[in-house]
Amino acid sequence: MSDRNVIECKDVVVRYGPVTVLDGVTFSIPERETLCVVGPNGGGKSTLLKVLLGLVKPQAGKVRVLGMDPAKARQHVGYMPQYIQIDPLFPIDVEGIVRMGRLKGNRFGFYSKDDHAATQRALQEVGLWEQRKEAFMNLSGGMKQRVLIARALVNDPQLLLLDEPTAMVDAHIEAKLLEHLQELHNKMTILLVSHDASFVANLVDEVLCINRTAELHPVGRVAGEAVQELYGEPVKAVLHDHGHGKCECHPEHGKETSADE
Amino acid sequence: MSDFWEVLVDPDIGFLRAALLMGLLASLSFGMTGSLVVVKRISYVAGAISHAVLGGIGAALYFQRAHGMEWFHPLLGALLAALLAAVVISLIRNSGFEREDSVIGAVWAGGMATGLVFIAKTPGFVDPMSYLFGNILILSGTDLLLVAILDIVLLVVLISGYNRLQALCFDEEQARLRGIAVGWYYTLLLCIIACTVVLLVSVVGVVLVVALLTIPAAMSGQHVRSLAGMMTLASILTFFFVTAGIVLSFLADWPVGPTIILLAGIAYLLQSAVKRLARS
Repeated sequence: MSDRNVIECKDVVVRYGPVTVLDGVTFSIPERETLCVVGPNGGGKSTLLKVLLGLVKPQAGKVRVLGMDPAKARQHVGYMPQYIQIDPLFPIDVEGIVRMGRLKGNRFGFYSKDDHAATQRALQEVGLWEQRKEAFMNLSGGMKQRVLIARALVNDPQLLLLDEPTAMVDAHIEAKLLEHLQELHNKMTILLVSHDASFVANLVDEVLCINRTAELHPVGRVAGEAVQELYGEPVKAVLHDHGHGKCECHPEHGKETSADE
Repeated sequence: MSDFWEVLVDPDIGFLRAALLMGLLASLSFGMTGSLVVVKRISYVAGAISHAVLGGIGAALYFQRAHGMEWFHPLLGALLAALLAAVVISLIRNSGFEREDSVIGAVWAGGMATGLVFIAKTPGFVDPMSYLFGNILILSGTDLLLVAILDIVLLVVLISGYNRLQALCFDEEQARLRGIAVGWYYTLLLCIIACTVVLLVSVVGVVLVVALLTIPAAMSGQHVRSLAGMMTLASILTFFFVTAGIVLSFLADWPVGPTIILLAGIAYLLQSAVKRLARS
């Protein structure tokens, strides 16, 4: 195993009771590469993220994040969940959410000047500084997603994990999100989960197709056969480029537009 | 109304002043804890804790009267029972037990049953009504002192732990990723609720606690952009309901606890109706 790999997984097995969710998953991501994880709902994408965050302990195999145990590496990892996981009625403003990303450890206390400065930088980075006092519940889906990206960025992470950054988001907002991600692309290692590989085709270096087992593909090859094999049924390609150049496949799958597990 | 003012300022009659002071003292912690209960959506846990309190009150009364344990004040019994219920429920949840709701139901009814048995076996006559439905007008000086101490402890914990309690309620997964011991904080949150419930029991009684804990917070949630704002507004509303309830019950000769809850309930209904009308 190389020292320069930000993520290394070797023969990772995760079982929930009798169900094997991940079976012998092996892959690695070198520094500053962007990897897209694709696969059907229930295929183990979210579980893989939880393993990388140290929230789920694999029954077998080895996982290293930034050369450390995943639970120890957390401080250097930014994680963006899907915004639909968050209670839409919670009274909180944009700034409040991003600042929460700066909490560290158990000790009682208040935010420092550094915390406020980091919050400002992160909000400026995603273009939401003007909206910092707005209530989260009144934002559009795309803006909510950007708030959560800012929260993930607020600690200057070396690795960014994004869960379905475009789920429930309109096409034009998707394009905007893509622009933000492109700006981050060269600054850090990014792993993003998506059931729509075409969205990130210009951005990613490799695609990890995951459905219990995992297979790594360079971007150009993911079209056609590999995806069909993964989803177990024919998959149509859809032109999908938002003016950002060429595009790849887009699995037209039964549950493809749902909110994922 | 002039009767009310006369009694309020009469130096020989202290109960009204004590009741109003108690309402003022307790409103802050009610509003803050109530907001946490509402955003975390655990009013059923608060319900279980409050009903378990009767077990502690019953036990304290029994041991005081049957065994002469004078130090075992009913408020102390209430506090112990509430904390025990909070710890049991949080341990069950933290262990990932799938039948959490059944345990909550068992604590709810079991606590109450324990209290009723103890009260039945206590020598002399005990009227459970004031414990079930509260009576802020019969608070003693000791009650007030206990309540004030508990209230101050709660405020210190709630304010200094605010950021982490907010993180726990907002996004538990993220809180865990930031190195916060989510299980411990959940236990702490339930213990805060337990202490608040004990304060509330002296105002509105075991059965009506949940309403006063949740209605002001639920009403506030729609008008604020932060949890702190929700807590402030909920505290103000609680103080208003408690004060207005005391005045109204005095004038109309109604029981205090139910009067407070009715006021709060009517205000909540009106707010919802106005909102609905404004939307259509």
